Amino acid sequence: MAEFTLPKNSKVRKGKKFPAKAGAKNVRTFRIYRWNPDDAENPRVDEYEVDLAACGPMVLDALIKIKNEVDSTLTFRRSCREGICGSCAMNIDGGNTLACTKAIEDCAAGDVKIYPLPHMPVVKDLVPDLTHFYAQHASIKPWIRTQSAPPPDSERLQSVEDRKKLDGLYECILCACCSTACPSYWWNPDKYLGPAILLQAYRWIADSRDEDTGARLDELEDPFKLYRCHTIMNCTNTCPKGLNPAKAIGEIKQLIAERKGV
Amino acid sequence: MSANSGEAFRTPLKNVRGLGSAQSGVRHWWLQRITAVALVPLSLWFLWLLMSLMHADFVTARAAIGQPVHAVLLVAFVVSLFWHGALGLQVVIEDYVHVRWQEIALQVAVRFGAFLTAVACLFAIARIALH
Repeated sequence: MAEFTLPKNSKVRKGKKFPAKAGAKNVRTFRIYRWNPDDAENPRVDEYEVDLAACGPMVLDALIKIKNEVDSTLTFRRSCREGICGSCAMNIDGGNTLACTKAIEDCAAGDVKIYPLPHMPVVKDLVPDLTHFYAQHASIKPWIRTQSAPPPDSERLQSVEDRKKLDGLYECILCACCSTACPSYWWNPDKYLGPAILLQAYRWIADSRDEDTGARLDELEDPFKLYRCHTIMNCTNTCPKGLNPAKAIGEIKQLIAERKGV
Repeated sequence: MSANSGEAFRTPLKNVRGLGSAQSGVRHWWLQRITAVALVPLSLWFLWLLMSLMHADFVTARAAIGQPVHAVLLVAFVVSLFWHGALGLQVVIEDYVHVRWQEIALQVAVRFGAFLTAVACLFAIARIALH
C-alpha cells in the first residue's frame, strides 16, 4: 500500500529555539525543518526569531539572514534570488513555492513554516534529492528532434502564431514545485512522470519545428507515465511562475485521443 | 530504496525508463469519460424513477420496471454504472496498492465483482420485463 504515515526515523520532533537579539523591533518566528544525514537524529523543527526590521522582504532573505547571523548549519539551495533558477523551491506556509519570490508578509499570520519539497528524499534540511526528477526530464529527450536537415543559411523558422503556442510552456524553470505538490506523483513517483516533466514534454510536442510528435506521444501513452494525472490541479495552483501544467497534460491526452480517432 | 543491491549500480535513467511505455491508456481514459457522460442523464432518470415509486406497492413497482422504456433504460444504467465503477476502482488500486500480488488479487476481485453484480441486475430486469 501507499504509506500514509511517516516511518519511525522520519517522525519530526521539536527542535531548538533561537530567540531574536535584544532590541529587535519587528519579530517574526520561522519554524524550519532540519535534518542532518551525519547524526543519527530524527528530523526536527527549529524556531528562529527574525527581526524583520533588519531583513529583506522575501522568505529567502530571512533564510539567508538566519544562515549568516544565527545558524550557519541551516542548509538550503539558492542562486538567482529572482525566480528564474528554481533552486530555492521549498514548502513555505503550506504550499510549494520559491523562497525568493514569496514575500514574508504574504504568509498566513503566525509562524512561517518552512519544509523541503514534500515526498522527496531529503539530502539535508531544505535540500531535496532531485536526481530521479532530472532523470525523468532526460527520459522525454527534451530537445528538438528532426529528420529534415536544418536550412543551410538560417535557423529553423516558425510563424508568430506557432511561437505563441510555446507561451506558458517555455517559462517553466523545472523547480519541481508542481510535481512534488501532486498526490499522484507522491504515490507513484517511480512511474508517473509528474506535471513538470509532462509540461516539458508538451513544450516539444507543441513546437512546430519538432518532427517527432508521434514518437513523443508513443512514449507518453502509458497508464502510469501520463494517465496517473487525475486533474487534481495542485500543480496549477502551486506553480510559482503562474503556469498551467494540468492544461498541458490535458492537451497531450487530447492529441493521443485524436490520433486514435476518438 | 530497493532491497536489490544491484540498484546502486543502475543509472537513474535506467530506473526511469523501466519497461518502457505500455502504448495504451487512451481507451481506458475514453471509456471512463463516455460512461460518465452516459451516467448523467441515466442517473437523473433513475432518481426520478425511484422517487415516482417511493410509495408504490410491489405490483406497481414491478409493472413500472417491466415497461419496455424503463427496462431498456435500466439496463443501460446498470451497464454504464458498473463499467464506470470498475474503471474507477481500477485506477484507485493502481494508485495506492503497490504490493504486486495484492494488486492483482484486487483487480481480479473488482472485475469479477462488477461483472457478476451487473449480470445479476440484468437478469433481474430481464426476468421482470419478459415475464
